Amino acid sequence: MEHSRHTRVLVAKPGLDGHDRGAKVIVQAFRDAGMEVIYTGLHQTPQQIARVAMQEDVDVVGLSILSGTHVALCQVVMDELRAQGLGNVVVFVGGTVPPKDVPKLKAIGVKEVFGAGSRFDDIVQSINTHVATRRG
Amino acid sequence: MDHNTTDMLEVGIREFRAKQERGLARLITLVETSPELGNSIFSRIGESLAQSQSQCHVIGFTGPPGAGKSTLVNAVTAVLRGEGHRVGIIAVDPTSPFSGGAMLGDRIRMERHYLDSGVFIRSLATRGGVGGLSPATKDVLKLMRAFGFDYILVETVGVGQTELDVMTAVDTVVVVLVPEAGDSIQTMKAGLMEIADVFVVNKADRPGSEELRSSLRVMLGLAAKRGPWEPLVITTQADKDIGSGEVLEAIVRHAEQLRQTGELEVRRALREERELLDLVSAHIINRWKALKDRPELAELASQVICRRIGVDRFLNAIANLA
Repeated sequence: MEHSRHTRVLVAKPGLDGHDRGAKVIVQAFRDAGMEVIYTGLHQTPQQIARVAMQEDVDVVGLSILSGTHVALCQVVMDELRAQGLGNVVVFVGGTVPPKDVPKLKAIGVKEVFGAGSRFDDIVQSINTHVATRRG
Repeated sequence: MDHNTTDMLEVGIREFRAKQERGLARLITLVETSPELGNSIFSRIGESLAQSQSQCHVIGFTGPPGAGKSTLVNAVTAVLRGEGHRVGIIAVDPTSPFSGGAMLGDRIRMERHYLDSGVFIRSLATRGGVGGLSPATKDVLKLMRAFGFDYILVETVGVGQTELDVMTAVDTVVVVLVPEAGDSIQTMKAGLMEIADVFVVNKADRPGSEELRSSLRVMLGLAAKRGPWEPLVITTQADKDIGSGEVLEAIVRHAEQLRQTGELEVRRALREERELLDLVSAHIINRWKALKDRPELAELASQVICRRIGVDRFLNAIANLA
């Protein structure tokens, strides 16, 4: 019998920017790549995101941030995830992130950053690799 | 069972017993992964399951896509929380027949409960289920009951007329409709229209809601009674919290009557019978799938199909093959 675990992904929009076309596009791409995707909706606080991630027992949290506040927001989201016992969830960031901030995000614990122009296939492959590593 | 799964099982059970939501979340993932893992889990938390059986009331919300099921679940949960009840929510959305993936979008309507420690929401994909729920829904319900919620709300996928699994999974069925649902002929049809304990006409500010309500009442007046309960029709505007209190009152009245008349025991016995049948057939099917390439079975199988030998001989062969 098959004992495969589906990859579950939470796509979240933290903070105040109100544009979620990018988030919705990526939700659709993940769905078409065979993942189970939960979308939180706009304007989520880091506490909300972490609690949803815990209840849904996701492998991956994808944060879509267009407001320019990615470093500060990611720091708080990572703290909240750890507070929920989810320190080893794979965290991705998408949106408008200047290249100089990518190392800062990775230092905080973000696994990968995918800005505008990223290819779906690359994102999906990267997620699959990280999830496989996490599950051991 | 691989190492990772064993760890998750042990940690999950420990957290679950300590009443930590994280443990409930982990165990749900495991029962979704395979029914065998369900056996390992339920044999260890069976005690809390038995204790919880009688107090927890399970409500199903079903109806066509876009009728407002999630929004109504959200509104009814707010009323339940106002009364201090602890609420578990299972929200089912469809798995893609092409990719196997799913977009689980029900909880987005329930945002106001995200930070409430008295509400636990879990989204499930149907994963091959065709009756409006996922194959693991009943096991997830068991876990939630054992966890100690006062009410569990189960939201099905958007259904047509014949995806009726919810009927055998819950204590009270709420069918959510909208004024665009059609004329009085639609209300007379079998299937979905027969399983409601409570009808909700949502989006009642739209034209046609009064007509739908009276069509439902006429239909209920003519339909054969399935027991002492007469289904109620409630109109709501769930997005504005209008009518959600009345919906809960109707559910509570139904729950009381189920208890007083002994109907609750009848329903739960039916549910258990159905569950046994599901377990047995799933077991036989899995066993057969594992063995179907064996040459000694191929000959037997073709004889069964031609009705030359009985199914019992075939089942014996499946059971006894090493």
